[in-house]
Amino acid sequence: MGQLIKDLADWFSEPTRYTLLTTGLLAAVLIFRKKLTHPYVFMGVMVGMAGFFLFAWPDKNFNKIITKPDNVPIVILIVSVLYFTWLALRRGVLNDERTKRGEPTLEGELAKKKVFTWPDLVYTELICIVLFTAALMVWSISIQAPIEEPASLARTPNPSKAPWYFLGLQELLVYFDPWIAGVLLPSFIVVGLCAIPYLDTNPKGNGYYTFEERPFAISFFMAGFLLLWVSLVIMGTFLRGPNWSFFGPFEYWDPHKLEPMVNVDLSVLFWVDILGTERPLSPLVRELPGIVLLLGYFVILPPLLGMTLFKKMAKEMGPIRFNILMHLFLWTALVPIKMVLRWTMSLKYFIGIPEWFFNV
Amino acid sequence: MDKLLKYITGSQLWRSVFRHGYPDTPRNRTLAVLSNVVLHLHPVKVRRSGIRLSYTWCMGGLTFFLFLIETITGLLLMFYYRPTAELAYQDIFALREHVPIGVMREVHRWAAHLMVITVWLHMYRVFLTGSYKPPREFNWNVGVILLVITLLLSFTGYLLPWDQLAVWAITVGTNMARATPFLGHEGPGAALISLGGLDFVHAGSDVRFGLLAGRFVGEAALLRFYVLHCLGFPLVAACLMALHFWRVRKDGGISGPL
Repeated sequence: MGQLIKDLADWFSEPTRYTLLTTGLLAAVLIFRKKLTHPYVFMGVMVGMAGFFLFAWPDKNFNKIITKPDNVPIVILIVSVLYFTWLALRRGVLNDERTKRGEPTLEGELAKKKVFTWPDLVYTELICIVLFTAALMVWSISIQAPIEEPASLARTPNPSKAPWYFLGLQELLVYFDPWIAGVLLPSFIVVGLCAIPYLDTNPKGNGYYTFEERPFAISFFMAGFLLLWVSLVIMGTFLRGPNWSFFGPFEYWDPHKLEPMVNVDLSVLFWVDILGTERPLSPLVRELPGIVLLLGYFVILPPLLGMTLFKKMAKEMGPIRFNILMHLFLWTALVPIKMVLRWTMSLKYFIGIPEWFFNV
Repeated sequence: MDKLLKYITGSQLWRSVFRHGYPDTPRNRTLAVLSNVVLHLHPVKVRRSGIRLSYTWCMGGLTFFLFLIETITGLLLMFYYRPTAELAYQDIFALREHVPIGVMREVHRWAAHLMVITVWLHMYRVFLTGSYKPPREFNWNVGVILLVITLLLSFTGYLLPWDQLAVWAITVGTNMARATPFLGHEGPGAALISLGGLDFVHAGSDVRFGLLAGRFVGEAALLRFYVLHCLGFPLVAACLMALHFWRVRKDGGISGPL
């Protein structure tokens, strides 16, 4: 029985299933939020997780990866992100119900009353600080900060990992070249975050939790933060081992684990596999299918979406805002699309021009 | 007892510091906030909705608190740490081996990790309550820059112990800069920036070289990261935090329905 659970956990940790599972979970939680954010459901999930943790603790491989000093924050991250996501959605659901009944939101009701900063706010802050400091001291006394062997550029550790908060980006290096994963996408994240208040023209939902008044904004942000950032950090920390190979939480980190590298460019798929000819010599002609595909994706898709799926949004936002939003949205979507294509079709590049270091 | 208390609180010394009585009346509660340089970051009165823990999660305040902890523990660590390739590792190792119940480095490291998490959660909460909407657009942007600076602070600090973990994490992290379009020597377009067959962007002149002050993570990079970690980024962060808090007040106070 125990072995079965471990095998099942390992089986679900395989990247395709892991991504399907997390994406499905978020979608289910957002769609069935009224039922799934019920406190009992959340308590059940938390108890289940704690039970799994206790069950998995004695396992040698699981224990080794969980108790690595620098991995403790990730455990804190998982628990706190789950808790706060639940809290926000629950409050959103309750507020939406109140709005439907014609009542003010909970925050709206409480906002009418003003209280003195001393003592109401000052004491809350003090208690937070004291509890936080106590926890930090216990943590610091019980777990030593790691220090490994002295620095040596001659010996490369396997795996070499970036600091944990950048592991999502390091994970993207598997699917994209460094200039996209390490430079372009992080820039888009920062620029995109800065642009949020200027792109979101919906005046509702300012200062209180809600879901129904801004479903797209919340779903998009949660997908980005939970699935493409936090989830990839977890994956990079716990599930990526030597040679950046994939390992389940109960699997031994075998440095000799073989993963076949049979990735092919779109140009090979198109010219060789479909047309049955050789690839043209000129890089631009050779990569024409990928160029056409990506141009279509970034140039034709935004107006198409604006006329169909996001018609109402396009009208409300105006053409400039809508186009910027769509480009950020399509770049965000390109990440999971490329990941899925890699797993299912072993796709390497849409456009691969190594001559110019230009690979997408 | 009462007499003694009255004597102390009535003395010139006491009254020179606290210019109000015990804050149990509206007047004294107002003065307690107004006449205290730390507390006057807050307004005298706040909306009841905005200070509920289930609403604010307290993450922004805790981030600021962690920044203060980092400043204090970091200052203490600076006394025992020399940023050279020869001594850095030794000094960190000595902190662990020779100081009984020494926890300064632990507090510094774990608080740094926590700070990254609290900043993320703070942003998450601000987004989910729509608190970036007008009139707070600008302050959201300040917050995004502070988020980046927090990550940079943590990243530069990661190198300082000068062990395998540090050097290789920074190597992996900065390798990306090689591929910056036009500015990194392995990036697309870099080959275009040349004159008469002479490349301007090569391994000894690109962005990564600028970040590390060398072609690999060496002593020059250690010094550069040390100065940025201890002085550069904290200064920028402190200035931006002042702006961030000030704008919270100016843009309608702490988050809540307008």
